[in-house]
Amino acid sequence: MDHVTKRFGNHTVLDDISLTVHRGEVIVVIGPSGCGKSTLLRCINALEKIQGGEIKLGNEKIEYGSKRLPSLRQKIGMVFQNYELFPHLTVLGNIQLAPVKVQKRNLAEVQAEAIGWLDRVGLEGRENSYPRELSGGQKQRVAIVRALCMHPEILLFDEVTAALDPEMVREVLDVMLALAAQGRTMLIVTHEMRFARAAADRILFLDGGKIMEDSDPETFFTHPQTERARRFLSTFQFDNIKKL
Amino acid sequence: MDWNFIYRNLPLFGKAALLTVKIGMAGIILAILLGLICAVIRHLRIPVLREITSFYIEVSRNTPLLVQLFFLYYGLPKIGVPTDAGICGMAGIAFLGGSYMSETFRSGLESIESVQTESALSLGMNRFEAMCYVVLPQAVSVSVPAFMANIIFLLKETSVFSAISLMDLMFTAKDLIGLYYKTTESLFMLVVFYLLILLPISLLGSLLERRMRYAGFGD
Repeated sequence: MDHVTKRFGNHTVLDDISLTVHRGEVIVVIGPSGCGKSTLLRCINALEKIQGGEIKLGNEKIEYGSKRLPSLRQKIGMVFQNYELFPHLTVLGNIQLAPVKVQKRNLAEVQAEAIGWLDRVGLEGRENSYPRELSGGQKQRVAIVRALCMHPEILLFDEVTAALDPEMVREVLDVMLALAAQGRTMLIVTHEMRFARAAADRILFLDGGKIMEDSDPETFFTHPQTERARRFLSTFQFDNIKKL
Repeated sequence: MDWNFIYRNLPLFGKAALLTVKIGMAGIILAILLGLICAVIRHLRIPVLREITSFYIEVSRNTPLLVQLFFLYYGLPKIGVPTDAGICGMAGIAFLGGSYMSETFRSGLESIESVQTESALSLGMNRFEAMCYVVLPQAVSVSVPAFMANIIFLLKETSVFSAISLMDLMFTAKDLIGLYYKTTESLFMLVVFYLLILLPISLLGSLLERRMRYAGFGD
């Protein structure tokens, strides 16, 4: 991403952001609400139009409304906060839809791959369930498998545990940790600080549409460079709470 | 009640009912296609086509079927287009029904959250594929109840076919009343036959509704 600017009306959400994600890197984006984290992800696969700068995947420019966009998006897996499974299709139907209809891959091959992944994320035997029969954590794992079966070069996770109960958060994070360990390229927006610390190669701290810090997790969590980041991190501390 | 009269005229009513169903259903199928196309055009806000469909919908919804049929049946020959009463009836139902179906499908389309489309787009589908595979199936199943109500409404509207001398149920009943003054018997048959046509459709509707709901909604 090179000098990317995104505005909604007069409000600048992303302000001249430049960022390079290397193959195999896991980047966790954190920051206060409304700082532009989610917008950043949505700009990367052109769900939002940008007003300045450019975004490239490899050597190819990602452009809002271009003819090449659908094929570029196949290389960018996205997982949403509220899963966005297709409620009229079964788990398997959800996973195989795009690989078969869009990538024109062989149905049996895609199904075998899907079932393999479902087993690995702890959803064996659920391939014929409908989304409404699954828990939030299960739905989110299906959404991750759906993205993986497109064979993306990079995965974007947009607050994927924010809508989940605490126990279910773990099962989803475990899947993401395993993917990180496999060396996949991932860009993760989250509020789970411990997870960020465990999974990330790099932490980006965003505030006011700017990248305030870009460092390795150890540095960020122990010696944040900016006052803003220090204040943000302190909101996750409960040790020095005064008794009422 | 002259049961013998009723018995003798059963075949006549049967024939008329068949005509009502045939022309009505053909018109309704066309109306569904027309409505689906108009709804997608309006939903995707396709320029020019969108204005044309809006104009069509307003004209079709705000004029009575009887007027539309007269226009087709007596108007078209004046400009040299030969007309057949059956085709006119079918076209009339399609013209009227198209707008109702369109608005039904459109409300279904609007009820699907845009993030579902985004989810489909992010899987590499283009807008057309996202519409066909993701949005439309959900929209159609949301609109089933209103959709079935439209079908019943349109079949009932066929009762004005008699005005363009189609031998439908209404025409047959009026004819028999005129010929034999058997008003009670004829009207009784009329009610029974309309119920015979419409009740199964109603039942089918509730069945379909339950099945569609099972197919994955309501979480």
